Amino acid sequence: MEIATTKKEKYYLSKGIDGFFISASKTFRFVFNYFIELFRPPYEFGEIVKQCYKVGCDSLPLISLTGFIIGIVFTKQSRPSLSDFGATSWLPSLIGIAVFRALAPLVTALICAGKVGSSIGAELGAMKVTEQIEAMDVSASKPYKYLVFTRVTACVFMMPLLMLYTSFVALLGSYINVQTNEHTSLATFIANAFDKINFLDLKASVIKAVVFGFTIGMVACYKGFTTTRGTEGVGKAANAAVVTAMYLIFIEELMIVQIVGWFR
Amino acid sequence: MEINDTTGKEIVIDIKELYKSFGDNHVLRGVNLEVDRGENVVVLGRSGTGKSVLIKIICGLLTQDEGSVIVLGEDVKNLRARELEALRLKVGFSFQMSALYDSMTVKENIAFPLMRNFKHLTKAEVKKRVDEVLDAVSLIKSRDQYPAELSGGQKKRIGIARTLVLRPEIMLYDEPTAGLDPISSIEINNLINSIKKEFGVSSIIITHDLVCAKVTGDRLVMMFDGVVQKQGTFGEVFDSNDERIKSFYEYNFT
Ligand SMILES: Nc1ncnc2c1ncn2[C@@H]1O[C@H](COP(=O)(O)OP(=O)(O)OP(=O)(O)O)[C@@H](O)[C@H]1O
Ligand SMILES: [Mg+2]
Repeated sequence: MEIATTKKEKYYLSKGIDGFFISASKTFRFVFNYFIELFRPPYEFGEIVKQCYKVGCDSLPLISLTGFIIGIVFTKQSRPSLSDFGATSWLPSLIGIAVFRALAPLVTALICAGKVGSSIGAELGAMKVTEQIEAMDVSASKPYKYLVFTRVTACVFMMPLLMLYTSFVALLGSYINVQTNEHTSLATFIANAFDKINFLDLKASVIKAVVFGFTIGMVACYKGFTTTRGTEGVGKAANAAVVTAMYLIFIEELMIVQIVGWFR
Repeated sequence: MEINDTTGKEIVIDIKELYKSFGDNHVLRGVNLEVDRGENVVVLGRSGTGKSVLIKIICGLLTQDEGSVIVLGEDVKNLRARELEALRLKVGFSFQMSALYDSMTVKENIAFPLMRNFKHLTKAEVKKRVDEVLDAVSLIKSRDQYPAELSGGQKKRIGIARTLVLRPEIMLYDEPTAGLDPISSIEINNLINSIKKEFGVSSIIITHDLVCAKVTGDRLVMMFDGVVQKQGTFGEVFDSNDERIKSFYEYNFT
């Protein structure tokens, strides 16, 4: 699908600065299109499920490992400073807060940006340079709906689930460490870990995960769809998908933390 | 419905004063072209004269800077998304590099545009129509193969089958025989002719291959420097003293 330049875009903007605004407007339309498609059934449920499965399979091994290790390491490194105050019993609740509020959404998103973003960027980029996307377009097969909508939706849907899974694995790692050192029982650990977590934290994290998922999917699809210059372009698209998504994720994280702060 | 004054036939593609540039690269500089119903028009021209750009404008993949393109009575540039989709169902496009979906098998490739556009079709109906076009390109046995397992000529034929399955009124072929051995080229040429006969489609065929041009073309159009230089039957076009046309001929036949 070529994101065509509309008449208005051509008419109103003088040369010189027009390049920037035209591409900004094209990007905006690409993103906005998602929300239009959202209200336009039928949805490709089969394809969405397939993509969800792919997102999960792609990232599960890596986030399992990372989550687990973060749990252990974070617990281990925090212990000395807490034990100075004789407060090692606070460990579980400290970990609970750190994991739920900050670590899990961010770590999950960064890993998915790497795994899922690059694979979507490369896949769609390759389809673009071999004219497969144009082929869908000329046969009226609605490539945006089939390729972009399904992938972005899958990312939006899977990210919160993966985030919760990461939290769980991180807490597990933490529990193993706490258990070996402080011999805390599982019930106490869980009770403490969730003690300081409230509904707002959960909501904020889920919202973050949804926003991150949308960002990862959308950036990767956009980079794929706008790939030029053959095979070299495919590599660049995959790369740009990851890097751009990561930048955006950090910026969004900052903004959401700020906004959630006002509600506390 | 537009009627051609000289032939008395219906005009299915009418291109007037078409201009298209990419930055400072002025590719098309006032192209005029008409295609009648049931006619095979061959477009010849050196690499980079904008032949692919021309047919991409016809199916709305690119938009022209100036001039009008009327396809089956519709002004392509000013169509809304829905109308453009409806028009595209009637215009088949066979890509220079086949552009098969390489994550799907041959039969899935061909079924894809059907299932995306006609959701009410049952599985049996889809299968029937897929087999029908696979039969037309005589590649039934490759149903379950992936594009990566096919030869260049087979890919081209599957690409053509994928557009035929929508039963188009117009076919646009971008270099259907490029990179194929002479035998495969002859198969493709015969295929193009039989498509014209059996399905009654009008076609634009872009090619560098003069055998293909001679066998499939009712009319030839010679493009140079972004304009149509000469048109007519094979004999008329190549009965010329223009150096560029002569060298084109000599390159192929001497
Ligand atoms: N999307 C595009 N962006 C920028 N320039 C383009 C684009 N598509 C084509 N061009 C330019 O337009 C010119 C004509 O390209 P086109 O592909 O139509 O040539 P062609 O006549 O089909 O050649 P060939 O016989 O090699 O296929 C080329 O100079 C090319 O660089
Ligand atoms: Mg070409």
